[in-house]
Amino acid sequence: MIRIAWLVALKDLRIEARSRVLLWQVLPFGAMALLLSGLALGPTHAGHSSAGPGLFYLVTLFVALLMINRSQAIERTPGTRASIATLGLDPAGVFLGKTLALAIELWVSGVVLLCGAVLVLHTALHGALLALPSILVTLGAMAAAGTLYGALTSGGEGAATLLPVLTLPAFAPLLISGERSFSAALNHGALWQWWVIVVVALVAYLGVGILLYGVLEES
Amino acid sequence: MMKQLSQRLLGPVTLVLLALTFWLGMWVTPPDKVQGDLVRLVYVHPAIAWVALYVSFGTATIASALYLWKRTRSMVMDRVAHCAMEVSVVFIILTLITGSIWGRPTWGVWWAWDARLTSTAILGVLAVGYLALRRANDDPTLRARRSAVFAILSAINVPIIHFSVLWWKTLHQGATVFTANRTLLIHGIMAWTLLISFVAFTLLFFWLLRARYRLEESRDRARSAALATSLDMRRREGAI
Repeated sequence: MIRIAWLVALKDLRIEARSRVLLWQVLPFGAMALLLSGLALGPTHAGHSSAGPGLFYLVTLFVALLMINRSQAIERTPGTRASIATLGLDPAGVFLGKTLALAIELWVSGVVLLCGAVLVLHTALHGALLALPSILVTLGAMAAAGTLYGALTSGGEGAATLLPVLTLPAFAPLLISGERSFSAALNHGALWQWWVIVVVALVAYLGVGILLYGVLEES
Repeated sequence: MMKQLSQRLLGPVTLVLLALTFWLGMWVTPPDKVQGDLVRLVYVHPAIAWVALYVSFGTATIASALYLWKRTRSMVMDRVAHCAMEVSVVFIILTLITGSIWGRPTWGVWWAWDARLTSTAILGVLAVGYLALRRANDDPTLRARRSAVFAILSAINVPIIHFSVLWWKTLHQGATVFTANRTLLIHGIMAWTLLISFVAFTLLFFWLLRARYRLEESRDRARSAALATSLDMRRREGAI
C-alpha cells in the first residue's frame, strides 16, 4: 500500500511539475485573492493582523478547491481511469498517494500565502512561524477530505461546481479550528484544543478514505 | 393483512396525533412562567429537530451503510436513503424556521452565530449537496454508491450538532426534556403534549417516506418500461 501510495504521489507531482499549473495559475490567483481581501477590508483594517488568519484560510480554501479539481482532472482524460482499474492497484494506496501529492501542493501554496499574509496583511512573523505546524496539519486534513470528495464528484455532470457544495461544509470545522489556532499563535493563547480537532479530522478522513475509496473507484 | 392495515392507518393516525398536539399545545397547556405563550413552540420545534437530525438523517445513513454492505446491497436501500434524505431536507428547513421564530423574540435576532444553529445549517447544506450529487450522476449504480458514501460522511455532523451545546457555551439552550442526571424537566400535561408531538412528527416522517418511496418506485418502473419499449422498437426496426 505504501509503495503504491508513493508511486501515485510521484506520478501526480511529476505531472504538476511538468504542467506548472500550481506555479503559473494557482499561486498567482492566491496572491491576487489575498490582495483583494486586503482591499475589501480597506487600508486601515488590512494592516491589523486580527483579520489575517481568517483571510489566510479563506484564500487557502479557494486555492484548495482549485487544486482538488486539478488533482481529479489528471485522471479525467478518456481511458485513464479504466487503465488504472486494470492495473489492479490497491485503492487505499491510490487514495493515500493522491492525498500526499495534494497535501504537498497545498503545503507549498500555504507557505507562499503565509509569506503574503506577513507582507500584505502585516501578520506578525513570529506568530506565523508558531502557527506553521498547525497550518500544515490543517492543510493535510483538507487534502485527505478533498481527495475523498473529489473522487465523489469526478466524472459527474458539473463536477467543478458540485465540488464546493459538497466540500465546503466538510471544510468548515477545519477552517474554524485552523483559524483559531493561528489566532492563538498570534496572541500567545492555548493551541492544543484546536490541534486536537484538526488531528482527529485528519485521522478520520484518512481512515474513511482508506476504507471507502475503493468503493468509489469500483466500476 | 396486519401490514396492509398498519399502512392504511399510518396516515389517519398521524393526522389525529398532529391535531391532538396542536389542540393540546395551543389551548390545554398553560403558558410558561418566564417565556409566556412562546413556550408553545416547544411542542413543535424539538420534535421537528428530532425527526430532521436523528430519524430521517439516521434512516438515510443506515440505508446507505446497508447499500454499501455487499450482503444487503439492493436498490431498495438506495431508494430509502434518497427518500429519507429528501424528507430530511424539509425537516431541517422547518427546524431552522421554527428556531428563528423562537429566537427573534427571545434573543432579539432571527439568526445568531450559535454552534448548534450553524452546525444544523451546515447539515442542511450537506443534505442539499447529497441531492445535487444524485442529480449529477446518470448511472444508477454509480449514483447509489457515491451518494451512500457521501451520506455516511455527512452523518459525522449529527453527533457534532448533538453535543454542540455542551462543547461550546453559546446561545442555544442545553437539554430541554432531561437534565444530565436523566431527571425530567417538564411535567404533567406539558410533558404529555411534548411526548405526543414527538410521536406525531415521527409518524409523519414515516408517512412521507412511504409516499415518497412509492413515487420513486413508480418512477423507476416507468423508466424501465420506457427503456424496454425503446429496445423493442429498435429490435423491430432491425427485423424489418
